[in-house]
Amino acid sequence: MAKKTNRSVLMQGNEAIAKGALAAGIDFFGGYPITPSTEIAEIMSEELPKIGGKFIQMEDEIASISSIIGASLSGAKAMTATSGPGVSLMAEGIGFAKMVEAPCVVVNVMRGGPSTGSPTKPSQADIMQARWGNHGDAPAIVLYPNSVLESYQLTIRAFNLAEKYRTCVIVLSDEVLGHMREAVTLPNMKDVNIINRIKPNIPPEWYKHYSKNPKYISPFASYGEGYRFHVTGLAHDEYGFPTNRADETQELMDRLKEKVTHNLDDIIQVEAYRMEDARSVIFAAGISSRAAKEAVIKARKSGRKVGMLRPLTIWPFPDAILKKYMNNVRRIYVPELNQGQLINEVKRVMGSIWNYTNTKSHSIIPIQKNSGQLITPDEIVNIMKEKK
Amino acid sequence: MGTNKKEIRLSGSGGQGLITAGIILAKAAVLDDILVTQTQSYGPESRGGASRADVIISKKKFYFPEATKCDILLTLTQKACDKYSQDLKGSGILIADTTFVKNITILNSKVYEVPFTKIAEEKLGSVLPTNIMSLGFIVKLTKVVTQKSLKQAVKNSVKSQYVDMNMKAINIGFKLASNYNQE
Repeated sequence: MAKKTNRSVLMQGNEAIAKGALAAGIDFFGGYPITPSTEIAEIMSEELPKIGGKFIQMEDEIASISSIIGASLSGAKAMTATSGPGVSLMAEGIGFAKMVEAPCVVVNVMRGGPSTGSPTKPSQADIMQARWGNHGDAPAIVLYPNSVLESYQLTIRAFNLAEKYRTCVIVLSDEVLGHMREAVTLPNMKDVNIINRIKPNIPPEWYKHYSKNPKYISPFASYGEGYRFHVTGLAHDEYGFPTNRADETQELMDRLKEKVTHNLDDIIQVEAYRMEDARSVIFAAGISSRAAKEAVIKARKSGRKVGMLRPLTIWPFPDAILKKYMNNVRRIYVPELNQGQLINEVKRVMGSIWNYTNTKSHSIIPIQKNSGQLITPDEIVNIMKEKK
Repeated sequence: MGTNKKEIRLSGSGGQGLITAGIILAKAAVLDDILVTQTQSYGPESRGGASRADVIISKKKFYFPEATKCDILLTLTQKACDKYSQDLKGSGILIADTTFVKNITILNSKVYEVPFTKIAEEKLGSVLPTNIMSLGFIVKLTKVVTQKSLKQAVKNSVKSQYVDMNMKAINIGFKLASNYNQE
């Protein structure tokens, strides 16, 4: 008999996202294909019918996001996958999902933008779109893996966080990560932690779809289960009916914010690599962190005290973790495939703790590229040498 | 293969099966239980545009997934040869399909000139298995993966009616490489 452990297989990043969604218990995928995310929809269209789920190719991205919100409200675990141009169209729907607290997952496999941009090239230029893409204030939970295995793991995590906090969670990837193949050994399903939304355990006549309790997140009755509630994008009361009252509106907005800000420890994940004595740090996410880690190894070989901090959770931004690790750090390098998005967050956080007046002793150095190519380890190492 | 990391780039134009070849080589590395990443770069066109697949194979952990300094460069078109030759390490090797590559300007590196496409057409009656024949050549020459795993990876990857033709292509690749001194 063969051993019971799963075999190592060669898998693509996009395939791992699809497999992660299946492991998380996805019931519904509504999407519109777009490079470089198309493989996710392809795999979903093959796999979902086999397990009694539903796949619909919608007419566009607006319909796609709407379809997954509807599916979610009727009890399904739902996901769509797209790229930056699709997220632009989904912006309104993402805001609606957050407002009506419909758990769902949106995958953005980032390509060069703006507009049609460079469909077959990677970028990291949608980091701010993922935070602020919808109008109005709303929490954002955004995860960004850096390997094929992590694409699988963080997709499961995205579903778990969406279910737990009743919100739309975004998974970022990019063209290289999405199309890259690596050997992965998937865990046995019994070792995978799956979270499902809390169901009401009270009589329907007492039910509030948007109650403050417990812990800011109301239990979730699905359409058709006998619980009456109203769903609207308007500011609403605990039953979901529109309200103009100042107290109810303020309470709603506070609750939407605080269900995330009161649970940062649960939501935020950061990888700290060789940070123990680091005087210089590379702060990098997603595919750029692969170059960053290699650069740390190269720089360490020549005796430089360099480390890497990598947010797996991009939003909410890991302010507290930066403050904890960066106190003794003098230089922070921020490589990213955009014109400067993560770096401004780093500057915001560090500005509050360094209190530096001498900019020569402390600095935050951008390493940016928009050519459709990756930043390489040597490019990072060379910039670090210049700053010695 | 030693413990050293090998960066391999398979380059040419869309439709020559280079990304497929990259995936098969990566699958062979998985069968050999060596660490591997396979990435690709391609244009919006499915055929005719520039296409490349990078495969990095190593026994030691590595992170950056694309080839930056190639140990092995396969070029199936003149354009790819012109574009990527500069990415070869001094100790790297260039393998050029002389069916299409007529002008090799690279200094330093070792060059192997083999008309893979022409041989495929003559011996197998089809240019389609050119990619697999090239893989056979690379693997016999450089031992980046075992010959057994390469064959298994091809069997696992191609439709059953094409297995025979591809096995013949691999064997031709092996034979072509055995004309040269082993690396």
